[in-house]
Amino acid sequence: MKEEGKHKKAKKYGMVINLDECTGCGACMVACMAENNVPFKEDESNKLDSIAWMRVYKLTNGKSYPEADICYLPRPCMHCEGDHGHSPCVSVCPATATDYSHETGIVSQIYTRCFGCRYCMGACPYHARYFNWWDPVWPEGSTKYLSPNVSPRMRGVVEKCSFCFHRYQLAMDKAYFEGRTELEEDEYQTSCTQACPAGAITFGDLNNPEHKVHQLAKPDNKHGGRPGNPNVFRLLERLGTNPKVYYMSSREWVRRAGDNYLDNEDFAKNYRR
Amino acid sequence: MDSALIPEGVKRCSFGKFALGIIIVGGVLLWGVYAMLLVWLKGLNQTNMNDFYGFALWIWADLGVIALGGGAFFTGLLRYVIGKDELKNIINCAVLIGFICYSSALLILAIDIGQPLRGWFIFWHANVHSMLTEVAFCLSCYFAVLTIEYIPLILENRQLNKVPFFHNLAHNMHEVMAIFAATGAFLSFFHQGSLGGVAGVLYGRPFAVREGIFIWPWTFFLFTWSAAAYGPCFTLFVTRLMEKITGKKLVKQNVINLLAKISGWTMGTYIIAKIIDTWYWAAATAPALGLNLIDFYSNNPFYGIWILIAEIVVCGVIPAAILLTPKGRSNSTLLFTAVSLACIGVLINRWVMVLQVMAVPVMTFENWVMYIPSWQEVATTILPVAYGVILVMISFRYLPIFPQERELNP
Amino acid sequence: MFPFSFEWIWDVGHMVFMGGLWYALTIIGLGMTYCILKSVIDTMQGKGGHHH
Repeated sequence: MKEEGKHKKAKKYGMVINLDECTGCGACMVACMAENNVPFKEDESNKLDSIAWMRVYKLTNGKSYPEADICYLPRPCMHCEGDHGHSPCVSVCPATATDYSHETGIVSQIYTRCFGCRYCMGACPYHARYFNWWDPVWPEGSTKYLSPNVSPRMRGVVEKCSFCFHRYQLAMDKAYFEGRTELEEDEYQTSCTQACPAGAITFGDLNNPEHKVHQLAKPDNKHGGRPGNPNVFRLLERLGTNPKVYYMSSREWVRRAGDNYLDNEDFAKNYRR
Repeated sequence: MDSALIPEGVKRCSFGKFALGIIIVGGVLLWGVYAMLLVWLKGLNQTNMNDFYGFALWIWADLGVIALGGGAFFTGLLRYVIGKDELKNIINCAVLIGFICYSSALLILAIDIGQPLRGWFIFWHANVHSMLTEVAFCLSCYFAVLTIEYIPLILENRQLNKVPFFHNLAHNMHEVMAIFAATGAFLSFFHQGSLGGVAGVLYGRPFAVREGIFIWPWTFFLFTWSAAAYGPCFTLFVTRLMEKITGKKLVKQNVINLLAKISGWTMGTYIIAKIIDTWYWAAATAPALGLNLIDFYSNNPFYGIWILIAEIVVCGVIPAAILLTPKGRSNSTLLFTAVSLACIGVLINRWVMVLQVMAVPVMTFENWVMYIPSWQEVATTILPVAYGVILVMISFRYLPIFPQERELNP
Repeated sequence: MFPFSFEWIWDVGHMVFMGGLWYALTIIGLGMTYCILKSVIDTMQGKGGHHH
């Protein structure tokens, strides 16, 4: 495996989400839950303990009519690279139950290894990690609809978005079978990407200049992957988490909402640092 | 009834009174055990923790008891390694408290994890880069050391000591105690520190994150130093409390004074370091992340700037000042006030570094989230307290905890 | 914890961390072994029999 890895260029799978196109319909959330066997409760009204690998936030600019504006922001796991794979969550896990893959850039979660200390949840500023407070209860008959490619999780462990890693594995299997070691851009796409009716989500290899994500985000790998496109930003860029999910918006208030700024700070100047 | 077990030459209350006390506290203990079983059998859904509060009351209690139990390692270090011989008159009490605190901490951790049966993964599949791994290793090892320090005390019970092997074992363990104490101090330095590191390394949490040296954030050193400063205060607090309850003087004033003075100096230096740390974080670390100090203390119903003042000034500067002045140390009311404030201060610090970290919103479109523990969490947190009281009662009754008691109460 | 766990790497982190751990465990283990053995020998030599 390692020998082969040396010959290929490391992948860095990531997303660009166009917030000007997102309508907040929630199809990505539904697709994600179905694809990844995400458990749900009978009463999902308390969002503080319900699981949503992909969660759509509603942002407002706080102004009144006619300047009032809203924006929907889908938030999967950011698959932070941090400083050379030192993601906020990976570095703190005491049992090596979560790992940063330098081959794909994906932050994994090993459910059978996790013993539920929840330190990773405290470390993640995006609230992308969820704890199984209950054992999953599937309504009668619905187990037939569970995906056989994703293991369901048990009570007491943490789970999160995997960028549909099982899809990557399936695509790689197929490629190997066909004598290839590289995937085409469309061979590996996450379920949220495919489910978005507005086409707001773009997924691919950020390291590959031919992939659309690279062209949209123009990531500067010499500077922690920060976007080269002035309309593109990442959530909490200043923390240094180096996320692989990029957001795009032509609206300045949306871009500003992506991070904390002091009142007297020149947003444009600081952001472009 | 049990007079044959009571150390020679000391007076203890009647067995009936003692048994009644044990039964009352035992009731509270059982309530805690019931809640603990509920959590183990039904899972962490018995708590009010949620995906914002992955760490909550228990982790605070854990950090709290470890800080308060820090008196054992620091007093042990002073007594056995540095050679402050007078402290032999209070070391047993410090060891007993340490033993209670650390066994409680391990129990709380075992309740707190989502898959308790996998708890050993933290050792087996250890990620050496995680502060929590360091905590688990050093905590367990240091608990072993505390057990080793506590065993001779048990063996010195009047009846057990008559058994030649036990007598010899207690004697031989005392002989090499300095080595164990030094190992304990080494382990304590790291786990107290790594508990501070747990918060300090969270670079996704601007409220917790701190710069540092090499792999250790400043909170690493602050936690170790504060445990050394505040731990002995808890030893003094418990000693004083026991004196009040039993109506007897148990430790001579010069011993109390010495420990109070050392605690005063460590606390004084700690609080200066803490002020510098807070100032640097507020003036440099947080603004670089786009946040002002006041952002962490406003727009929520509970966490105001008062908590910072309570921790640093009221429960830090003031007790340190009292302990640093000879008059403050020798006045028993002032001394008791100082050590009580100090204990509250270190508990506030640990609270802030666990719960406020979770409460503060980081993404701009999120809000503060408050949390109130469930009764199961409260009961399981009181459980170690009840267990501690029972162990102190039994130990005080049957073991020679205070070597000066006989002399002070002829 | 052991070199045969699959996530084990012989890097500085593991050597320092696990070195410290095993060092402490060795001291604790040897110390206790010494105490117990010496007590057994002392007892066999008849020490500690009379209460003093």
